[in-house]
Amino acid sequence: MIENRPGLTFFSHFILWLGVLIVALPLWIAFVASTHSAEQLIATTVPLWPGDQFWTNYSNILTGPASEAVGISVSQLLLNSLIMALGITFGKIIISMTAAYAIVFFNFRFRMFSFWLIFMTLMLPVEVRIMPTFQVVADLELLNSYTGLTLPLIASATATFLFRQFFLTIPHELIEAARVDGAGPVRFFIDILAPLSRTNIAALFVIMFIYGWNQYLWPLLVTTDESYYTVVMSIQRMLAVGDDEVAWNVVMPTTVLAMLPPVLIVIFMQRQFVKGLVETEK
Amino acid sequence: MSRIPAFNHRWLPWLLLGPQLIVTLVFFIWPAGQAVWQSFLIEDAFGMSTEFVWFENFAALLTDEEYHSSFMTTLVFSLGVTGLSMGVALLLAVMADRVIKGSQIYKTLLVWPYAVAPAVAGVLWLFMFNPTIGIITYLLDQMGYTWNHSLNGGQAMILVVIAAAWKQISYNFLFFLAGLQSIPRSLIEASAIDGAGPAKRFWTIIFPLLSPTSFFLLVVNVVYAFFETFGTIHAVTQGGPGGSTSTLVYKVYDDGFIGLDLGASAAQSVILMMIVGLLTVVQFKYIERKVQY
Repeated sequence: MIENRPGLTFFSHFILWLGVLIVALPLWIAFVASTHSAEQLIATTVPLWPGDQFWTNYSNILTGPASEAVGISVSQLLLNSLIMALGITFGKIIISMTAAYAIVFFNFRFRMFSFWLIFMTLMLPVEVRIMPTFQVVADLELLNSYTGLTLPLIASATATFLFRQFFLTIPHELIEAARVDGAGPVRFFIDILAPLSRTNIAALFVIMFIYGWNQYLWPLLVTTDESYYTVVMSIQRMLAVGDDEVAWNVVMPTTVLAMLPPVLIVIFMQRQFVKGLVETEK
Repeated sequence: MSRIPAFNHRWLPWLLLGPQLIVTLVFFIWPAGQAVWQSFLIEDAFGMSTEFVWFENFAALLTDEEYHSSFMTTLVFSLGVTGLSMGVALLLAVMADRVIKGSQIYKTLLVWPYAVAPAVAGVLWLFMFNPTIGIITYLLDQMGYTWNHSLNGGQAMILVVIAAAWKQISYNFLFFLAGLQSIPRSLIEASAIDGAGPAKRFWTIIFPLLSPTSFFLLVVNVVYAFFETFGTIHAVTQGGPGGSTSTLVYKVYDDGFIGLDLGASAAQSVILMMIVGLLTVVQFKYIERKVQY
């Protein structure tokens, strides 16, 4: 506190609360809408207070086919999203950790070349090479499969860099000591490096889970069979009904459920989340 | 820097690197090479024959009115998203840095939208701006303003900018707050003793000292607006009405996947790769270096 200005402090709190309310408004409106029936929603302007259709709306989409456009239940969509998100998260963490281990702790030809090859992936987000990547996945017959949804996305330059940075800070004495005690490279990795990397792994887990759960373009490209749809991409399918009335009593509860898992992870793992954000930008 | 004592092993490093390298080569490098190769080809309408045409696809793109307008759309969109989300985030971060009580609670209440998918963020705002039942449409109507983003291109642009910026406020807020908290208190106290009020202190001391953070966020936000907002645009406007929200990334998808014009789509991919490459170089070359005062 530099000086005491009660007026300014009050003003700061006021602006912050205003910010919090504006940021939260879309979430509240979505939740309120998800508790009303289709007729109630279309009849008037959206109400500001929850209705009595909470159980009806949510149990309908969780048990039965979600809508005419998406013929499977939202539970199945959520399960697909979970499989995809966890597959991407663990895939990225495992292959990045081993790759960084090889680059930092081993001497071999093409070490730097491999490093730059991985670096290149930063410049090639899926958005800029949509067609050829789709062709590769189609040629490998991975369309409409969980492998097709996860495998092409698990290369990660940011995760490899993060582990590399961390491994470079490991004291030399630790490696010497492990060697003297007769530990080989595999033993060293499993017994010493992996436990030391715990906090980094947790931070990456949060960031990568959000990344995997929120994928949109990729599932849109590689799935035509609706049993592999993910929840985030299927919302657009529910909206695209042409001239028919959008079934908001289906769309809004699905939207709420689609954002719930990653939002809860950010709120409950906030420390790891902030660490992950800051570290992956280094 | 002294190197870490290394292990020597003939095949173990390749086993460790293998998965990452294979995925990178098969799903990143090879398709990117394909995009470059295809950008030099023209395929006839039935896919019967292809012809090598050098830079004809690029020449066609650079004289294409639609591509120009898509470029302008992307610029307007990126400027809007970056300006709006960074402006709001800076204001909130400055306020959160000022208050002592409750700044942790404000942080929790402000960061969660980061976890919302761009497409889902789009749907949330689409619902509030729905021409017949949206709550904001209703309020605007009370003020005598008609909102229909499915007919009005300008309004469609405003809608996608708001939806994309809303999600990004949390990210900018976190980094601005961290930047503010790393400014030495003694500097601010010294200027307060010299009689500078809060506003003067902000513009002459805090804002200049924040410039590395601001520059970093500027690059990150432009990358976000360019490449990560496909979901927002696809879910909310589908690039319409009349191409008014069709950004470069949306156009690659639309021309390639929907229009099946492979040569043109590949040429656009190559141009986008050059833009990402440039932004990545800027990010790595200049971000670490602190701005001089």
